[in-house]
Amino acid sequence: MGKLLQQLVNGITLGSIYALIALGYTMVYGIINLINFAHGDIFMLGAYIGFALTTFLNMSFIPALVISMLSCAIIGVVIEKVAYKPIRNSSRIAALITAISVSLFIEYVMMYFVSAETRTFPDVLAGKKINILNGRVILNSKDIYIIIITILLMIMLQYIIHNTKIGKAMRAVSLDSEAAQLMGINVDKTISYTFAIGSALAGAAGVLVGVYYNSIDPLMGMVPGLKAFIAAVIGGIGIIPGAMFGGIFLGLTETMVSAYGNSLYKDAVAFAILIIVLIIKPNGLFGTTAREKV
Amino acid sequence: MSKKLSLGLVFVLVISLLAGCGKAESDKIKVGLDYELSGQVATYGQGLVEGIELAVKEINAAGGVLGKQIKLVKSDNKSENAETANVATKLITRDKVVAILGPATSGNAKAAIPVANKNKVPLISASATDDDVTVDSNGNVREFAFKTCFNDSFQGSILANFASDDLKSKKAAILLDNTSDYSKGLVKSFKETYTSLGGTIVAEQAYQQKDKDFKAALTNIKDSNPDVLYVPGYYEEVGLIVKQARELGIDVPVIGGDGYDSPKLADLAGKDALNNVFFTNHYSSKDTTKEVVEFKEAFKKEYKKDPNAFNALGYDLAYFLKDALQRAGEADPIKLKDALASTKGFKGITGELSIDKHHNPVKSITIIEMKDGEQTFLKKQQP
Amino acid sequence: MKWFNKKNIKMIILVLGTYAISEILIKANIIDSYIEMNLVIIGINIILAVSLNLITGFTGQFSLGHAGFMAIGAYVSAIATAKLGLPFIAAILLAAVSAAFVGLLIGIPTLRLKGDYLAIATLGFSEIIRNILLNIEYVGGASGFNDIPQYTTWTWIYFMVVITVTVIKNFVNSYAGRACIAIREDEIAAEAMGVNTTLYKVLSFIIGAFFAGIAGALYANYFYFIKPDAFGFMKSIDILVIVVFGGMGSIKGSIVGAFLLSLISLLLQSVPEIRMILYSLILFTIMVYRPQGILGDYESSVKLFKRGGKLNVGNQNK
Repeated sequence: MGKLLQQLVNGITLGSIYALIALGYTMVYGIINLINFAHGDIFMLGAYIGFALTTFLNMSFIPALVISMLSCAIIGVVIEKVAYKPIRNSSRIAALITAISVSLFIEYVMMYFVSAETRTFPDVLAGKKINILNGRVILNSKDIYIIIITILLMIMLQYIIHNTKIGKAMRAVSLDSEAAQLMGINVDKTISYTFAIGSALAGAAGVLVGVYYNSIDPLMGMVPGLKAFIAAVIGGIGIIPGAMFGGIFLGLTETMVSAYGNSLYKDAVAFAILIIVLIIKPNGLFGTTAREKV
Repeated sequence: MSKKLSLGLVFVLVISLLAGCGKAESDKIKVGLDYELSGQVATYGQGLVEGIELAVKEINAAGGVLGKQIKLVKSDNKSENAETANVATKLITRDKVVAILGPATSGNAKAAIPVANKNKVPLISASATDDDVTVDSNGNVREFAFKTCFNDSFQGSILANFASDDLKSKKAAILLDNTSDYSKGLVKSFKETYTSLGGTIVAEQAYQQKDKDFKAALTNIKDSNPDVLYVPGYYEEVGLIVKQARELGIDVPVIGGDGYDSPKLADLAGKDALNNVFFTNHYSSKDTTKEVVEFKEAFKKEYKKDPNAFNALGYDLAYFLKDALQRAGEADPIKLKDALASTKGFKGITGELSIDKHHNPVKSITIIEMKDGEQTFLKKQQP
Repeated sequence: MKWFNKKNIKMIILVLGTYAISEILIKANIIDSYIEMNLVIIGINIILAVSLNLITGFTGQFSLGHAGFMAIGAYVSAIATAKLGLPFIAAILLAAVSAAFVGLLIGIPTLRLKGDYLAIATLGFSEIIRNILLNIEYVGGASGFNDIPQYTTWTWIYFMVVITVTVIKNFVNSYAGRACIAIREDEIAAEAMGVNTTLYKVLSFIIGAFFAGIAGALYANYFYFIKPDAFGFMKSIDILVIVVFGGMGSIKGSIVGAFLLSLISLLLQSVPEIRMILYSLILFTIMVYRPQGILGDYESSVKLFKRGGKLNVGNQNK
């Protein structure tokens, strides 16, 4: 029982990180139909910015988190303007390869400047052990922090999407960009906002990962990026609650497979679930079945 | 028809561009570096190259070897085996190197060695620990392959002996890196020796390189109640594993191999967690002999950071090559190969080594204990 | 159709002639082991690119899992030659058939998927294959499979490339090929016109996988050593880049693309630190300024890429 609870906590913490990254993926896909492969690398940049702020400027956790989020938002918008706008009308494959090239570019520029070695975060978020159930479950206060911050950010996101004008514009453009344009919505600006918010969330995830796991390296965005994308698809790409659900679901599944099955297969299981979801319900667990109009 | 013509032209263009872009410079000794400088294991390749470059800088400043300066031809094998073979071929046929240093991983070494053997140019790796690298499955030595690092079989059994004899362990849990041949090799030999000494393996879990979260596996391990935790991986993951293990309340000794040796280990794990951790290594960086201290200072001056095991191994590799070149008398690959094979008592900073008939090193192994994040020398074992 | 018409004879003479010239150059050592190795790599890439082009360029099925088929081919051939001691031709056939079988297994469940979803599903399959291979001790797992006998020679590569290009070119120019192109252009219309879309979609996967398996076998038996990581996501991307670079739906494009990209990779060998940075910049520039690839306009009968908008490869789910 204790072990199950422990693994549940492990899974939810891991899942929250996936969820944060997945949100950015799903928002961008929903609005311009692009799998932004570089998203995982913005996550990595967030971690490095957080590292620089806490190590060289001796900032504490919350200011570092906020500034990192802002910086990532700016970086996301820059990437969109420089790399994705020119190919907005290209074929899907060209867009995909462009995204991959941006991803590679960011990874290897970082590697050139900071070398491939891992860096460690200073201890800005003190972790305290919390024993519950007589020590059979050991929580760390960092787990609580991550889950709470993730929930807060998601609530903020929901508010922005449903209660602000820009959120309404984002929803409109992802539904039908031409109609939105006809209604007077500035599509370019809306897309930029989407990138900004999505990237900020990825940056937050980066700082949280840096603080929680204490280790960052230039290629750290590849695997979480892919997993987050799987999470977004499972929940229904373009659907925000779907991304949140997908992230937590994936985190829990991975942990449970490692715990009760064989940890060697956890990636294979993640992909297998992806394929099953795609075959049975391609629009994701939260998606609606869209009719294909001829 | 013109399309076919242009097709043919492209073909000819490619051939001509590939042809003859190398000249042999007779006033320099060219040494090829075939390392993973990009891709998943770039840290190890980069680390080794840093050590090599520092050593060669020193050697050249002191007059070079055989009266000539050493010129390094650095190439990136992208952590891919096809590219490794390609790079090795280029180094040999185009750059006319006298020897190839690298690759960092056993997998890539296995891809490069057939090229070295075919072209009769020696290849030396300081970190490809798989037994298969120097000796094939029939027990025959691969003629032009050499290594200056311990075989997995050797290191693994030393660790098993240590666990059983020194730590009095009877129930070991294993947490291995399933994506690393180094880790898997160490587990295989550990298991053989450990069980033959009467121990039982109570749990075996795996992770992948670059993983950051080990809680699930560690929780399982904790459940199995081991008295020692064997984690034969690299410091990047081991540091986090030790930290998370201690956080979960696993306080038993953690043991592993030379992959632990890095100043980053203490950063990643946190000084408090880094207690009761033991690992085997080539040398102790706390060693106060003149050469080790000078190396550390020179490295810090050049790269502004403390050296880790890869840097040290790379540094020694360059000097090892220089020593063999001197004994060979000239920069001829075959004479060099013979000189390498007959190395006896080469003194490097990572210890004194000789090469045995299987082209593997014979050198002493040191066991280090981590106390409060600091390395302390525990004992040294002669082979 | 008469086989011995003038055009075919010219082709055969050209093919055999080029082969003869290349053999002479090799014997005279003008083509040394370095160039030969790179020609072998280019040859394998051509087979991979042309076979992927069939799936993605001609049938419009966005596949990101081609490396998985190559992996199956490589490992089957390795087992057949190193462990079972079979002759090379048998090993290649086994490898191709196994890969084709996996192509069938992947083609069927993904019938309903389109566009990006199909891409991710195929990527998922490829990763599952890699993950499974990492865990099978019989083939070495992460340590890889070593000491595979080197049976691949320049002759093998040359004629395998010729066979691949010939078969796929003939397929594309047949009824089946036109059916595939119809599926690419507008699947619903094709279905409405009586094209058995299920058959042809799965068939393109099977054939594409078949040749990818051959490429894998040639690869394994040339480099002596294979490991699962060699067939990961990046490999699939590399092949896709060749196809897009050369022009989707253009076989000649795939050939030229393979040559040029290998050349670029070789040139970048001398600048290891910034190699990947330059590679990504080159990729980006091509995608922005010439996304249809080098020969993309010659063979596609429909101007796919000049149209603006979101249609193109695979339909939207909107």
